[in-house]
Amino acid sequence: MQNNFIIESENLTKKFGHFTAVDAISFSVKPGEIFGFLGANGAGKTTAMRMLCGLSIPTSGKATVAGFDVYKQTEQIKKNIGYMSQKFSLYDDLTITENINFYGGIYGLSKSKLKEKTEYLLDLLKIPEMHTGKLLVSLPLGWKQKLAFSVAIIHEPKIVFLDEPTGGVDPITRRQFWDMIYEASHNGVTVFVTTHYMDEAEYCNRVSMMVDGRIASLDTPYNLKKEYNAGNMHEVFVKIARGR
Amino acid sequence: MIPLIFFMPVLQLLVLSNAATYEIKNIKFNIVDYDQSHFSRELISKFTASNYFVLNDVSFSVENSEESFKKNQAKLIIHIPKDFEKNFRSQGLSGVQLVINAEDGSAAGIINNYALNITRDLNIDMAVESSVMPEPVPMINIDYSNWYNSELDYITYMVPGILVVLVTMIGTFLSGMNVVKEKEIGTIEQLNVSPIKKYQFITGKLMPFWFIGIGELAFGLLIGIIVFKIPMLGSPLIIFMLASVYMFVVLGMGLLISTLTNTQQQAMFIAWFFLVLFILMGGIFTPVESMPAWAQAIAYFNPVAQFNRAMRMIMLKGSGFKDVLPTLYFFIVYASVMMSLAVWRYRKTES
Repeated sequence: MQNNFIIESENLTKKFGHFTAVDAISFSVKPGEIFGFLGANGAGKTTAMRMLCGLSIPTSGKATVAGFDVYKQTEQIKKNIGYMSQKFSLYDDLTITENINFYGGIYGLSKSKLKEKTEYLLDLLKIPEMHTGKLLVSLPLGWKQKLAFSVAIIHEPKIVFLDEPTGGVDPITRRQFWDMIYEASHNGVTVFVTTHYMDEAEYCNRVSMMVDGRIASLDTPYNLKKEYNAGNMHEVFVKIARGR
Repeated sequence: MIPLIFFMPVLQLLVLSNAATYEIKNIKFNIVDYDQSHFSRELISKFTASNYFVLNDVSFSVENSEESFKKNQAKLIIHIPKDFEKNFRSQGLSGVQLVINAEDGSAAGIINNYALNITRDLNIDMAVESSVMPEPVPMINIDYSNWYNSELDYITYMVPGILVVLVTMIGTFLSGMNVVKEKEIGTIEQLNVSPIKKYQFITGKLMPFWFIGIGELAFGLLIGIIVFKIPMLGSPLIIFMLASVYMFVVLGMGLLISTLTNTQQQAMFIAWFFLVLFILMGGIFTPVESMPAWAQAIAYFNPVAQFNRAMRMIMLKGSGFKDVLPTLYFFIVYASVMMSLAVWRYRKTES
């Protein structure tokens, strides 16, 4: 096993009955990289991500995440990753601190560590003290998403998987969100992110474009723009999705 | 939610145990008296004097009287034919017709019983009065003694059963809805992607409901004893020992349902299906002994029936630990099976 890649996938495939959601995708992700996973709705991004997170067993192909096999070592994978799903996944009927304590507790953080993390997060997210005792349901979506990301990396995982983390969030909050992603990446966390926003694709080190369950293209944003003779990622996306 | 969890059962206990009764009182009846004799008046006064019957209407036509059946105004028509007294005196034999509205079979049976008792009374009176029989006929006198519920108090019989229903409903619904709700809002995914162990997840999910169920039972027992003056002949400790295992049976059942379904609607439907079956066949409202053999065989595997029986045994008869030991074993096996199935069905990783 090569140690210079943290995620390795070879012909990874997932079929639901006769429908092939993910069709033999192969790629590798380096530690600390921000890896963008782009594609239209239904292209198979979420399915691919769920296989890598150990939530779904592949139909065929090979893949390792943080050195663990996606067939047999799903629970070890889960110890080493953070995951933020498409759906908002914190508890609306718990307060901010309760959510942090709950998820921190699941990952086995000690009490002192939890306290330290909570203070750090509240400070980082600039959440006023008056809101920390409120139920999450009363918070604006932008704050909730930033909190969800912070909770997803509360246990300092090697990799964090983000499934359309900025859906429905305003541009300013999106910008702040990406600042947080950069900081995580800077701290050595590998970021695997799916998105619809092509401006966000520009922030990634490398992006892969998925079309109908296959990876149609995989390179740095710069190279992709050059290859497809496009001014921005949006044009690249349109060209690839239409099959040039 | 918490006030609701405690308020609803109390209300249910108060309403159900008072309203759900086999005792039939205030039965409205019509008289059609063609005879207008001493005997016929005697018969009528015996009915009106009893606690069970209330005179609704007196008329001279059975047809008219039947109208009040259709309007639901009366349950019983007493039809006294002409020459009722005369025939009795001359031939020593006379008839009276009781017409009972038997839409509800069991109620009709009870009305019939009450009416027969009253007419039998009259028979004896009339026999003595008219001295048709010169000497008393030798008879075996039967003495009744009602054990365990000497006053045949219905509430005494019902409260233990209703407590069983409450605990069962709370356990099945709270646990059944809970995991499905997390599936619906998507938080389950966040848990499944964490290294949390299955047993940790399930323990964390079920313990709160276990405590709520046991708390509810304690609360209901207190109300039963204080408000309804239900006897507690056996040891409450044995009840709680059984209940603590029983809770795992119903919680496991709820959890299993929620692992098999994807929406709260589906879970609700399945939970209701089984609960209605369990409760109706649980011997709470109708005795298991009077069910057909196949139903009794099913009832044996019905945890509600088992717990209901044990509750009544302990509370009303003072049965001890040894008497309910088979039930305890049964619950342990049942809970183990339910929990194992639920744990097995709960998947952190889908195939």
